[in-house]
Amino acid sequence: MSAKTADKIATGIIIAITALIALALIGLLGYILYRGLGHISWHFLTSPPEAIRKGGGIGPQLFNSLFLLVLTMIITVPLGIGAGIYMSEYAKAGKITSAIRLVVEVLSSFPSIIVGLFGLLVIVNKFNLGFSLLSGALALTIFNLPLMVRITEQGLRSVPVQQKEASLALGISKWKTIRSVQLPIALPVVLSGSILAAGRIFGEAAALLFTAGMSSPRLDFSDWNPLHSASPLNPMRPAETLAVHIWKVNSEGLAPDATQIAAGASAVLIITVLLFNLGARALGRYMHNKFTASK
Amino acid sequence: MIDIALSAKQLNVHYGEKHAVHDVSLDFAEKEVTALIGPSGCGKSTFLRSLNRMNDLIPSCRVTGEIWIKDRNINGNNTDVVALRKKIGMVWQRPNPFHKSIYENIAFGPRYHGIRNKKQLDEIVEQSLRKAAIWEETKDRLNKSALALSGGQQQRLCIARTIAVKPDVILMDEPASALDPISTSKIEELISELKQDYSIVIVTHNMHQAARVSDKTAFFLNGHVVEYDKTETIFTNPAHQRTNDYITGRFG
Repeated sequence: MSAKTADKIATGIIIAITALIALALIGLLGYILYRGLGHISWHFLTSPPEAIRKGGGIGPQLFNSLFLLVLTMIITVPLGIGAGIYMSEYAKAGKITSAIRLVVEVLSSFPSIIVGLFGLLVIVNKFNLGFSLLSGALALTIFNLPLMVRITEQGLRSVPVQQKEASLALGISKWKTIRSVQLPIALPVVLSGSILAAGRIFGEAAALLFTAGMSSPRLDFSDWNPLHSASPLNPMRPAETLAVHIWKVNSEGLAPDATQIAAGASAVLIITVLLFNLGARALGRYMHNKFTASK
Repeated sequence: MIDIALSAKQLNVHYGEKHAVHDVSLDFAEKEVTALIGPSGCGKSTFLRSLNRMNDLIPSCRVTGEIWIKDRNINGNNTDVVALRKKIGMVWQRPNPFHKSIYENIAFGPRYHGIRNKKQLDEIVEQSLRKAAIWEETKDRLNKSALALSGGQQQRLCIARTIAVKPDVILMDEPASALDPISTSKIEELISELKQDYSIVIVTHNMHQAARVSDKTAFFLNGHVVEYDKTETIFTNPAHQRTNDYITGRFG
């Protein structure tokens, strides 16, 4: 077999494999959207679910998913960025740093059901936070925090060392260099990484089954006082999220349109995650252009 | 009596096991340009980086010996390295402007060091850009990104940025190597003018450049200084055979 023929065959196989993967993904997405798009409506997106009658919606669950995401990000972003800066700029290479990095990586790849069970035993029971948004947020922190640390560290390491040197050589302190020279350049990477992490949190189910709970109380959307029990902003209330709801409806749904609700909710979830992904790429590209060409 | 701006005494630099710079003692006079020449890997850049403690950034690097500015040895453990680097500036081979506007590149240093008044900053920016011979080309686009400038312009911007914090000494590590000939000659003209106000130490592998711009030249070989004398002497009547071999192109 000549080298040219071997090259053509190899190229052909690679293209075929890629096409197969692309088709599988498009097929999967397409099927979910096909089954569920028809059921999505304003009513579906805003009304509460019905236990036994048809016509229920996913309003509170959608809100819970979004609010839980915000809560988790509030906890993990500052801590993650801080730790990421430490790992990238301050930690000296050595056994302790390698150990920290190992722990961080193991935590971020923990099976989510284990995180959920841990959350149930420690956060919900021992700390007595009950099934609540806060418990859910803390459980999600277990695997989002290491992710944020890694994203920040990688973002900072991607900044050319010449930038750091240029700043230090002007007699500028290390912290000011990190804050005003390195972080702005790392920002597009950190931001798009965070949005991808957010997409993962948004679709999380196993970790939330026993922490945020499988029910959502009657919510009064006109009451925005976080201290009131019927307020949607109250972090101590149980909060079934969209992904958990899909699971529940599919396994114990009693309403006659349970299948359609699950299909519709799945479509909404997939579309939101897709939007997160596309948004992350677009934002990353926009900021990269802004920082390297015009600003 | 010539004043000494900066002097190294018995400086040794080790990268882990490798002994890169051996017992170098050099005096750099005020308001003079000193060139460090020698073949690749002879330790001249490593030596240069020790002078403003930039080798501190490399974990495996150990610098022993003394570096004197006025009457203080700045190669000690209790030196304020951040304050030191304000006095000794550095320009690298590849221009490395900040990812900011032209104005911000220059104003960043002075503002950090305490100058908040906008008019003062404007003045510093203009003076620095003028001194670096790049005011005319940038005065109408101070708010545009520095990255949009050409290589030669970026390098002059980096020089402007360095002199904006008013150092005493400027270290240059092959500042024109990555530039085209026209930009190179602009930079060389600039160096000749800058020496009226600053003491300059320049590493260059271009011997003709060393002959053109410097007052004194030190020839490095394998981490040692073989010869250090007035530039004219080094290039017309060197004392050592190895120096003569290098400048006549027998090696390197």
